[in-house]
Amino acid sequence: MSEVKYSKEHEWIKLDGEEATIGITKHATEMLGDIVFAELPEKGSNVEKDGTAGVVESTKAASDVYTPVSGEVIDTNQMIVDDPSKINEDPEESAWFFKLKIKDKTEMDSLMNKEEYEKFAKEASA
Amino acid sequence: MSIKKTSLNNLHIKYGAKLVEFAGYQMPIQYKDGIIQEHKYTRSHSGIFDVSHMGQLFILGGDDLTNDLEKIFPADLKKLKTNQSKYSFLMNNKGGIQDDLIITKTSDGFLIILNAACKYNDYEVIKSKLDNKYKLNLDDSLSLIALQGPEAKNVLNKVIPGCNNLKFMNGDNFIYNDEKVYITRSGYTGEDGFEISMKHSDAETFVESLIKNGSRLIGLGARDTLRMEAGLCLYGNDLDNDTSPIEANLKWAIPKSRIETEFVGSEVLKNQFQSGVKKLRVGIKPDSKVIARGNTKIYNDKNQEIGKVTSGTFGPSVEHPIAMGYVDNSYSTVNTKIFLEVRGKKIPANICNLPFYKKNYVKGEINV
Repeated sequence: MSEVKYSKEHEWIKLDGEEATIGITKHATEMLGDIVFAELPEKGSNVEKDGTAGVVESTKAASDVYTPVSGEVIDTNQMIVDDPSKINEDPEESAWFFKLKIKDKTEMDSLMNKEEYEKFAKEASA
Repeated sequence: MSIKKTSLNNLHIKYGAKLVEFAGYQMPIQYKDGIIQEHKYTRSHSGIFDVSHMGQLFILGGDDLTNDLEKIFPADLKKLKTNQSKYSFLMNNKGGIQDDLIITKTSDGFLIILNAACKYNDYEVIKSKLDNKYKLNLDDSLSLIALQGPEAKNVLNKVIPGCNNLKFMNGDNFIYNDEKVYITRSGYTGEDGFEISMKHSDAETFVESLIKNGSRLIGLGARDTLRMEAGLCLYGNDLDNDTSPIEANLKWAIPKSRIETEFVGSEVLKNQFQSGVKKLRVGIKPDSKVIARGNTKIYNDKNQEIGKVTSGTFGPSVEHPIAMGYVDNSYSTVNTKIFLEVRGKKIPANICNLPFYKKNYVKGEINV
């Protein structure tokens, strides 16, 4: 069974074996508004936990996307680069950002589960 | 200082606005639909904008006032007919812009619409330059509501009959709910539209009736993307105390008849008219989908810094990133290749014509 966890920077991460799929949460898209631009990390590059791994821009402002775990970028989602509005439509499924080959699974331990994240997001926006 | 609320504050909340502080007021940045849909609805139908935070300065006086105001503003106020409006500037002695504004001649003086963040300072500057000879009223008992878009004239005409006879940059008195309202045909979106000045107590029912007739409330977010597509300046971003109207590419707003006459900043402007300017405001179109926002540095193909972006966003109607900014005048020609430094990378872009979106101003029903 795959495990979904959440970061304080409003990313979600789904781990399947060694493959981690990462995107931004619905709550994040609601805060950002209409997303009009997405930039993703280079395939083959290595990203470090809590480091910048992309950018999303709304009509109002640019926001960095962080990676909640370290690893090698093995795939990126061209669909959201071509049509960034897909991120608003389906942020936690088809509009994933990038996939990593995870370096250290214990990095998942410090992340929040769904229930914890929902509480965190609610408090952050209150 | 506490945050001020406009007469439409309850209505903003009712329609699901995200509220932000802007120039000391609690204002809607967007409603439930979001900026892109609000932007597109204004371009295809009509949108209602709460602009009550802006200053409505009434100055009472006759020919003496006209003469004295011409010593302040570079507009041809003597030629202005009653109810006619002109875009102009309050400048400093260096020719820098303290505020950009709209002056309308009224039956008993002038009405000047000021930017919210500048209005109190403008009031003091204008009052002192007029030597306290006239009665000035920065009227905070009035709301100001803009209705913009191709359907604006039909929507407003149902609520206030007769307003669709107004010509662009002209105004008149009308009656709404037994009260006098002042309407001008003007706006800040590149669309046909109106600005309606009315008592606070009538504003909410007035806006509800516009909504019933098919219009929607639009927030400051879409107001910003609409004005950028229309190539219009935002004071504080694209215009400031160190930038003259000539540098801002707003030479058209300074009539030839005034160039040789005296007004605040006239020496600098006259000199710039004769010898040209070092920097010039231009339209910028990035080649790719990357957005260059205000303060992005601009480079030439030799990696030399030649200017900076002052406004930039994604244009929902043109479906492409757009920007404007100032470049060294020698790079201001349309189609000049420039580079924008975004997140450490040099993004290729071209100097382009403004506006990005073609204007739809109506010169009056007769000419349509």
